[in-house]
Amino acid sequence: MVDQTGRIGMPRGNLPPLELHVPEPRFRPGDPVDYSWLDIPGAGELPRFDEACEARETMPATLGMVRVLDEKHRAVGPWDPRLDPETLRRILRTMALTRAFDDRMYRGQRQGKTSFYMKCTGEEAVSVAHAYALAGDDMVFPSYRQQGILIARDYPLVEMVNQIYSNRADRLKGRQLPIMYSARDYGFFTISGNLATQFPQAVGWAMASAIKGDTRIATSFVGEGSSAEGDFHAAMTFAAVYNAPVILNVVNNQWAISSFSGFAGAERSTFAARAVGYGIAGLRVDGNDALAVYAATQWAANRARANKGPTLIEHFTYRAEGHSTSDDPSAYRSAHEREEWPLGDPVMRLARHLIALGEWDDERHAAMDREVAEEVKAAAKAAEKNGVLGHGFHHPFHTMFEDVFEDLPWNLREQAEQAIREREAKWPAAKGAGTSDQGEGA
Amino acid sequence: MIEETVVSLQEGEARPMNMIEAINDALHVMMGHNPDIVVFGEDVGYFGGVFRATAGLQAKFGKMRVFDTPINECGIIGAAVGMAAYGLRPVPEIQFADYIYPGLDQLISEAARLRYRSAGEFTAPITVRSPFGGGIFGGQTHSQSPEALFTHVSGLKTVIPSTPHDAKGLLIAAIEDNDPVIFFEPKRIYNGPFDGYYDHPSKTWKNYPGGQVPEGYYSIPLGKARTVREGSAMTVLVYGTMVHVAEAVLAEKGVDADILDLRTLWPLDIETVEKSVQKTGKCLVIHEATRTSGFGAELVSLVQERCFYHLEAPIERVTGFDTPYPHSLEWAYFPGPVRIGDAVDRLMKE
Repeated sequence: MVDQTGRIGMPRGNLPPLELHVPEPRFRPGDPVDYSWLDIPGAGELPRFDEACEARETMPATLGMVRVLDEKHRAVGPWDPRLDPETLRRILRTMALTRAFDDRMYRGQRQGKTSFYMKCTGEEAVSVAHAYALAGDDMVFPSYRQQGILIARDYPLVEMVNQIYSNRADRLKGRQLPIMYSARDYGFFTISGNLATQFPQAVGWAMASAIKGDTRIATSFVGEGSSAEGDFHAAMTFAAVYNAPVILNVVNNQWAISSFSGFAGAERSTFAARAVGYGIAGLRVDGNDALAVYAATQWAANRARANKGPTLIEHFTYRAEGHSTSDDPSAYRSAHEREEWPLGDPVMRLARHLIALGEWDDERHAAMDREVAEEVKAAAKAAEKNGVLGHGFHHPFHTMFEDVFEDLPWNLREQAEQAIREREAKWPAAKGAGTSDQGEGA
Repeated sequence: MIEETVVSLQEGEARPMNMIEAINDALHVMMGHNPDIVVFGEDVGYFGGVFRATAGLQAKFGKMRVFDTPINECGIIGAAVGMAAYGLRPVPEIQFADYIYPGLDQLISEAARLRYRSAGEFTAPITVRSPFGGGIFGGQTHSQSPEALFTHVSGLKTVIPSTPHDAKGLLIAAIEDNDPVIFFEPKRIYNGPFDGYYDHPSKTWKNYPGGQVPEGYYSIPLGKARTVREGSAMTVLVYGTMVHVAEAVLAEKGVDADILDLRTLWPLDIETVEKSVQKTGKCLVIHEATRTSGFGAELVSLVQERCFYHLEAPIERVTGFDTPYPHSLEWAYFPGPVRIGDAVDRLMKE
């Protein structure tokens, strides 16, 4: 057959022009919000699959949703992890502490004590309940919104604040943007500002753990936005090929700065559903339900530890605040989204569940809130004694040149000397104090 | 379960090896010595690599330590970073240097920065091996010399051997180094030194001094240049395949040159470079890579900054042209004897 070009091919005929679809979120600033289009499966509806099942058998769980807490605040269905009240209270307190920490650090940034901060408000269950379902020494390759894991693992709050203030006690020597923690002793990998790079790294760590016959597993987080990066595909392919003992989490909080999840493909399918195409088990979870996050994590951890393979978990949640202190969400989305979000607030949902169990009450909740606020305040005050960003007390000058390599090469030695000369030229009084704790840049 | 045979760290008797055999031997020695070393990449396992550099490793050390990977350089380097965070010492292979670009974010933003950004909590003792350079009719995607991309990145070391002897010793040093090392292997000289005359019969390493490779363990420190020949007429700064081309051209012209094989591009052996230029007063920089913003530009700058008052002539720079590496015209691209000879003549006229 010959087409209109005169070459072999099928004639196209008389067709309407092709159309390009540029996604547009349903609601923009000022719009009323109606979430009736969003299909939220009922709590307890999804069957619990055998942890050793074939990846493809999890397809219903990638399109449905693991949900445990129902509208009456009861834990229902086969995914109920049946945690004792004491554990539930600890999870609740850790989430409340995380929120209190975020609130204080956000204010600290607004007060000029640091350059930048990122809250995880509304997403506390994702990281905190996840951490509770792992072993304490399983390795976490976080993105930038998993401070709840560090807090759950009892990482000292004062160390977090030192890092955020880039002060002289900052273990990272003031080199990293605030919140980009690193805590090897707490199984918490150094956070990168380049998105999704941690995903294939987590797979590599998990491969190493298996190579060495270890029993620790790895877990990693990306946002739904950065699941579009090539690193996601690299990680999924490597994880599937080597059956790596890893949990790969996509936190679908609906927004990547100002780009809604449609720009990562959410209009077409769920993020969890991508798992099955790779031959990886997938679970879509109510990310505002701490019990569901715990249950899904436990399922994936058991599966990985039993050499049954990796799991992709999509945590369906909502970013209640801006992306960071550097953007204003009211400029691109409707403020009503947060108010109307059908999956509620993770802290209050767990609290109401405990109240329904008769294991909690409003007075204890109010007391807890005061207590965590005091704890954060004490840590912040202690850290402020070590300085805040831009007001002296940074790390000694020469540390800027250290750790580029294990040993200082000649060019960095020369540049370090130059930096000290520049500083002495600008601040003659500081002459000879090039290695002191104080002093400003040139 | 594979038995770990710990190889004693001793240098043995020398025997002739080509560069592939020397690299393969280095991997055998180091894997036998350190159970944390893992080797992986495209086609490196059962098959032993498209250039055979990893031949026999999987049979000897097992699939847990030597294995094939998906065709995904981002995944190869990314997994290596994670393995290094665990405590392994990965030695991934990127099949051709031209294929390394999908892994650049993992190299530049991750491997190179881990130590700095974590203040030493996490490091990346990774050696990325990769064949580079042209002269084998590889076309534009199997011939490139991208070394300047890596010397530009703080936190990476870049190493390029020019003989089997140096390839083994430098690779062992690279694997032992606690920082990430880009180890580019000049594939044109895998089987023998190359004097730049592509129309002459090819030579083997057999009767060449650099082709004598000690058995067992030895290392050549990174950051140290090798004086190929001592002379007083000019300093030639060169590395990889071009070492041999430069040597042949200068011998032909009877110029008594001080030829330095840089071996480690970064950290550069600046002391040896300075001493030589201060002695000779003239400097010729040669590389096969494209010209603009190539590593030669850095060398010329450094020599100018540090040896200006010793210079008796403008520094000469001979490079490949600023085009992709053309398949049929690769010898027109290659900085061969004519291009180098002209630069030598200009320097000698001064």
